[in-house]
Amino acid sequence: MSCTILVFVKQVPDTKNITGDAMKPDGTVNRAALPAIFNPDDLNALELALQLKDRYGAKVIAATMGPPNAANILRDALFRGADETILLSDRAFAGSDTLATSFALSRVAKKVADADIIICGRQAIDGDTAQVGPQIAEKLDIPQISYVQEVLDLQDGKIRAKRAIEGGYEVLESPTPVLLTVIDANDPRPENAFRILKYKKAKTASEIAKNKGEAATQDELAEMQKKGLLIQEWTAKDAVPEAEFSRLGFSGSPTSVKEIVSVVLKGGDFKEIAPTAEGINTFVHELIEDHTLG
Amino acid sequence: MSNFYTDNADLMFTFGSLDLDEVMRLIEKDYTACKEFDTAPENLEDAKDSFRRILEVVGGIAGDRIAPRSRQVDEEGPRFENHEVAYHPLTQQNLDDLKAAGLLGVILPREYGGLNFPLTIYTMMTEMVSRADASLQNLFGLQDIAATICEFGSEEQRRKYLPLFVSGEADGSMDLTEPDSGSDLQSVRLKAAQDENGNWYLDGAKRFITNGCSKIHLVLARSEEGTTDGRGLSMFICTKTPDLVVRRIEHKLGIHGVPTCELQYNHVPAELCGMRKRGLIKYVMSLMNGARISISAQAVGIAEAAYNEARKYASERMQFKQSIDNFPPVYDMLARMKASLAASRAVLYETTRNVDLRNGYTHLSDKLETPDPEIRAKVKYYTAVTDTLTPISKALSTETANKIAYDAIQIHGGAGYMHDFDAERYFRDARITNIYEGTTQLQVVAAIGGVMARSLDKMFDDFFAAVPDGELKSILADMRKQQLAAVEYVASLKEFSKEYHSLRARNLVENETFILAGLLLLRNAQADASRMPVAERYIRDAKFDFLRNHELVMSGDFSVIRQHSEVISY
Repeated sequence: MSCTILVFVKQVPDTKNITGDAMKPDGTVNRAALPAIFNPDDLNALELALQLKDRYGAKVIAATMGPPNAANILRDALFRGADETILLSDRAFAGSDTLATSFALSRVAKKVADADIIICGRQAIDGDTAQVGPQIAEKLDIPQISYVQEVLDLQDGKIRAKRAIEGGYEVLESPTPVLLTVIDANDPRPENAFRILKYKKAKTASEIAKNKGEAATQDELAEMQKKGLLIQEWTAKDAVPEAEFSRLGFSGSPTSVKEIVSVVLKGGDFKEIAPTAEGINTFVHELIEDHTLG
Repeated sequence: MSNFYTDNADLMFTFGSLDLDEVMRLIEKDYTACKEFDTAPENLEDAKDSFRRILEVVGGIAGDRIAPRSRQVDEEGPRFENHEVAYHPLTQQNLDDLKAAGLLGVILPREYGGLNFPLTIYTMMTEMVSRADASLQNLFGLQDIAATICEFGSEEQRRKYLPLFVSGEADGSMDLTEPDSGSDLQSVRLKAAQDENGNWYLDGAKRFITNGCSKIHLVLARSEEGTTDGRGLSMFICTKTPDLVVRRIEHKLGIHGVPTCELQYNHVPAELCGMRKRGLIKYVMSLMNGARISISAQAVGIAEAAYNEARKYASERMQFKQSIDNFPPVYDMLARMKASLAASRAVLYETTRNVDLRNGYTHLSDKLETPDPEIRAKVKYYTAVTDTLTPISKALSTETANKIAYDAIQIHGGAGYMHDFDAERYFRDARITNIYEGTTQLQVVAAIGGVMARSLDKMFDDFFAAVPDGELKSILADMRKQQLAAVEYVASLKEFSKEYHSLRARNLVENETFILAGLLLLRNAQADASRMPVAERYIRDAKFDFLRNHELVMSGDFSVIRQHSEVISY
């Protein structure tokens, strides 16, 4: 059996290493002040895809929407084992909220017509909404299994997965195509030395042009494509019919930030922590996991 | 999140300032391989970019994955049941991570699945892995065995075994030591005999075999019946079989993660590797020299780990209302630790760079149909230099690691004696490094010939020429002058000459090392002025240690030789 797995990944500001003002006055994230990293949950999503590839055989395509330098995380995906990569980059996408983002990504998924499984990380550490994955599934009108820990079985047209629920897990079966969102239940593999040596030279057409000082010729692009070194670069026009452009970027984003408040919680619920090294350790880990710390 | 490459300024400097131009042109055959292999570099810049990326990956694996597992691996170790050895599950995870990252055959040629990396880069990886878990180095470092098969085995053996190492399907061990043959490998007894069809079989026992439960064994055995010395020994390859029995695994002071096995060979089928009778005198010597560099790197890694713990503790521990690193005895200890660590690292990577050059020119020379005198001269030069540098580096790094680990406990005070801190583990792990792959005493034996023959003089001349005049340079120049006088003095002795030579060899080798390390640190400080305080600290401290050694040598005091038995037996 062979299938195509599309993994949506995101380059995010490293919220653990804030070097300046994290927020801009307009209430959006000041990406320039923060180092850019591979969103942690998306590494788990990629790992799940690569495990399925190891177990069942599959083509893994990693795609992201972002600025031109988001190609960095696509190279990282190649270093870990992705077969193909797509960068969706256009000023038209600027200012997208989760609705506009999921719309644009759903159009990418439609264009990659034969994707049997779409995998997203549960959420990104910059917004923490966990909305984009489920919204993509809705827009594509396909089933979704969220909070996946593990895929138990994959057969032609059918998948069985274990998903985390409060206090335990449940096993769901779904027809494919299906969208999964993944929690950090696996250990993402490291980058592979052989793949680094090969794919460090993978580039988008814009990057080739920037290095060269002029646009790459069709022959050059074809040569890169042949070697597997071309990161596909799609503009809004490549992925989205023009009639739907109003659903992209600022114009497609109903969300507006009214104000930002630094919330100090007083009183309320309490939780008892065992006064042992283990109890404190568990508590600190919980705080890290829900991003209160770190 | 910690990365053992990007958090280590000294290692990053070492890599950044490495002159790999000549090395890379040799091992990449003027960058022609990139037409055939998409992993081959196009030029020096491309190669260094790849190395840096991969050092960062190894640094991440070491810092984020291996190091957090190391305490439990040390506490629980491998299991041994029914003559089967099982690694600790976390050791297995470490190996799986290294395998997933494609790091198990980096020094092997590309045609056998390797990455054709220079030894220098592989050694930097070894250092970082060892800093995370010293015992894991003994498994990661088994690539040296694959490299030995690559160097001396047949083409058939290379094709059969090397890809198994690269893919992680097979691991290796080098089976040399026997109960009665430790430092004296010439006396190895394990018997290799041929049947009427010419097939070889091994019978006998080996002891203290690191990872002796491996799938592929390189075995030193006596193939020439009736002989008793090194010339009767050959090297064999055998694979895991029920007839190769692991009798027990050792309970050791340190490096708990790696099993050390006692092996019994019950007529185990084997293949000859290389030529008969060359086993010890050529192949094992080469294997050991490679392993000595790995152990030198292991020691530098442990020293780095111990130093970091000591420094952190000293900055946090409050006594008398201030952190203890404000007290002169403590900051003096820390500064010496840091300077001696930088010295070990500088000597290690100067050694590996010269080994890379030696290997490069040797391979080039071997391939030429008509000998080229210029290349042969280079082979001869780099062979002499590395024959001296390798034991010097091993002795320096491993003795320094022991001292740093010892002082790291001292800085921790009572807490350092407890298992709650990692300092005691580093101390236990460091303790083997100056014993195995040849004790420090044997490294001195290996290095003293080169010291007396002044093998490093050309290198010293070059370094002196590269450093502007100044006080530190003149301290080193004085040391060199005195060292030449000491060498001349020992060479001229008539009475007790052999014993005195052997007795004072360590003082002479240590003094050669002070000059070498001082010059390297001073040269490095020219490239980056922020390194000058480290160089200055090292040279100023070394001056007095040098003098002590020098006076001992020049004393002509034979009383130890005359009286030692009365002293010992009193």
